Amino acid sequence: MKLQFTVSPDFAPESLAAWHIFNTYLQRQTGLGSHFETYESYQDLHAAIDNGEVDLIFANAYDSASLVRDKGYAPLASPEGQADEVVIAVAEGSPVLGVEELAPGITIASTADPDVQTIGMIMLEPANLDKSNTRINVRGSYPLVAKSLMRNEAAAGFFLAEAYERFSEVIKQQLRPLVRSYIQVINHCFLLSPNAIAHKDQLLDLLAAMHTQANGERVLQDLGYKAWHIPPQEEVEFTLDLMSTLVEE
Amino acid sequence: MRDMQAQDVVPGCEQWIQPLYAEEPRRLYVSEEEVPYPDGRLIVSSTDLEGIITFCNDSFVQMSGYSEEELMGQPHSILRHPDIPRVAFVDLWQTVQAGKRWQGYVKNLRKDGRFYWVYATVVPNKRGGVIKGYTSVRRKPSRSKVAEAEALYKKLLAEQAP
Ligand SMILES: Cc1cc2nc3c(=O)[nH]c(=O)nc-3n(C[C@H](O)[C@H](O)[C@H](O)COP(=O)(O)O)c2cc1C
Repeated sequence: MKLQFTVSPDFAPESLAAWHIFNTYLQRQTGLGSHFETYESYQDLHAAIDNGEVDLIFANAYDSASLVRDKGYAPLASPEGQADEVVIAVAEGSPVLGVEELAPGITIASTADPDVQTIGMIMLEPANLDKSNTRINVRGSYPLVAKSLMRNEAAAGFFLAEAYERFSEVIKQQLRPLVRSYIQVINHCFLLSPNAIAHKDQLLDLLAAMHTQANGERVLQDLGYKAWHIPPQEEVEFTLDLMSTLVEE
Repeated sequence: MRDMQAQDVVPGCEQWIQPLYAEEPRRLYVSEEEVPYPDGRLIVSSTDLEGIITFCNDSFVQMSGYSEEELMGQPHSILRHPDIPRVAFVDLWQTVQAGKRWQGYVKNLRKDGRFYWVYATVVPNKRGGVIKGYTSVRRKPSRSKVAEAEALYKKLLAEQAP
């Protein structure tokens, strides 16, 4: 069987090379003819999922919730010792000193990543801001979100904290963070479709041992991770319960 | 549940006797001083079916002023503030016991007698279709929403039978 593998479209194009290498590693180690497919947008991804074209996905927490609870995907592993956090920043010269000074009617620059948008909007609640009184300007990447702040096209920007921290000093000097989330439970996760469930044990064994093998460790490093954490079922359920408190019904 | 202790609280607290649903009335010390909600944090706790605390995260421990050991195994009403009318908690329990999600503004009482406002979302933890416990995730509320909740709770408390 051919295993259709993809990652959330929130990964920047420059990080896709490392995922290609991961896919090659997967092929060599498992003998599965896995095929790495990328989707430009969440719309394309969700259509592919509905057509049964996604067997293995490294998904953001927002998508994971519905894939596990509504579509029967099995969670396999997430990156160990790290979580997805969000920074809300403004341009260096902005008069806004705190989230609560942001006013209704503002434009916010963000990527399409639904985890980042969800956490970002929650951190705007103290300012009485929500979808009804803000406009989200979707940009293709975090550097482009930064650019819209510098050009005053948006009053504030949502960043994946990891991406924000990777910015050069030159970019950071032109931005000012207002708040950083400390949530610790939101993470990307490998999910396996019900169609491919026969490969579950093989994939779990592979992921669990990856950091102990020299070439596996290199692949992990390229992805920016140390090891994969295989969560017990209750941990998965609990994380999904937490996600359900954060998303609008 | 253990009464609040005079030596734990900030100066200027008022004493209260708080009736509780499934517990003996508890002596409280209540201060007028608010502790601001920390930016960017979620305060998380879980209970069993009876509302006994089974899990709390670091932010919960920090904001409550109790240690994790003091919280685990205690009724969640350990944080109950007398300014919240009983009906708010009746609504919370009826909603989550029916398998649904409850959201609302809650004023919590710390170990030191000071208080903090949260915007709470409580969900049932369903496992295989059966409710096994409950989890609450709190976030920072807006001041105007807190003011609205404060006014509503005052009105409901005044209407509440003594
Ligand atoms: C998951 C969960 C979290 C709760 N969190 C709080 C809380 O933070 N503060 C609070 O006063 N009551 C909280 N409650 C409600 C308490 O269980 C309790 O009903 C309330 O403090 C009033 O006490 P009483 O029911 O004894 O009258 C929570 C209940 C659940 C199920």
